[in-house]
Amino acid sequence: MVPTTYYLALAAVIFAIGALGVLIRRNALIIFMCVEMMLNSVNLTLIALAHQWGNLIGQVFVFIVVAVAAVEVAVGLAIVMAIVRHKDTTNVDEINLLKG
Amino acid sequence: MSLLLFVLLALVALVGASGVILSRNAVHSALFLLLNFVVFAVFYIMLGAQLLGVVQVIVYAGAIVVLFLFVVMLIGGDIGPIRSGLRRYGRWAAVVSMAVFLLVMVLGLARSLPPDAPAATAPDAGSVQAVGEVLYTTYLLPFELASLLLLAGMIGGVVLARRYRSHTEE
Repeated sequence: MVPTTYYLALAAVIFAIGALGVLIRRNALIIFMCVEMMLNSVNLTLIALAHQWGNLIGQVFVFIVVAVAAVEVAVGLAIVMAIVRHKDTTNVDEINLLKG
Repeated sequence: MSLLLFVLLALVALVGASGVILSRNAVHSALFLLLNFVVFAVFYIMLGAQLLGVVQVIVYAGAIVVLFLFVVMLIGGDIGPIRSGLRRYGRWAAVVSMAVFLLVMVLGLARSLPPDAPAATAPDAGSVQAVGEVLYTTYLLPFELASLLLLAGMIGGVVLARRYRSHTEE
């Protein structure tokens, strides 16, 4: 039996890698992928703790998180497509239409 | 045996996660992301959440990664150097800050749980029947709100991705 702490530590490492990706990459698509990876690591935390304490609330929460992540990707990628049509770039440093 | 499997899969998950942020081609990043998602599905099943393991494969690996690949196909996958817009030490600042963040998280985890706390669940606690019963009785309202959110997201995606003709005709 694998201790729950190992799962939590792995989820923490994956979350940190995802956050690092958001900070160092400038491509909007890669940043989206890293955000998905961070959401996934939090899901792993929730499921590991639901297993640890033997109730299903964590799993229900993960279910809702998966739905929200799917919506986020659909809308986010539509925004990326709209920006590419408008400015022909996916570099987030060049997307500064709202900057005064 | 179970621990050995965990260590091997954890290494594969870490390779996938590193591949996402280090690849120069967006297609490679999406495929590394797929690897990461599939390993997480195996973790969910190891933790007794069979339904969520299957949902993970269908929704994340099936739908989300395919959506990413479609968008990469439409806008081109070659995305140039990794650090184009950062200042000279920006990347190292990001690495150091994430290392400190990770240290804080791991220290918090080490204090929050005893290292070998026994897991109390039955092996089929995350079956479709068990999760479905809770989801359709106690948590019915959040479930319906999630469906509303999916509808709103669908409409939003269609509206955003539509090509507006009026700009060219004016």
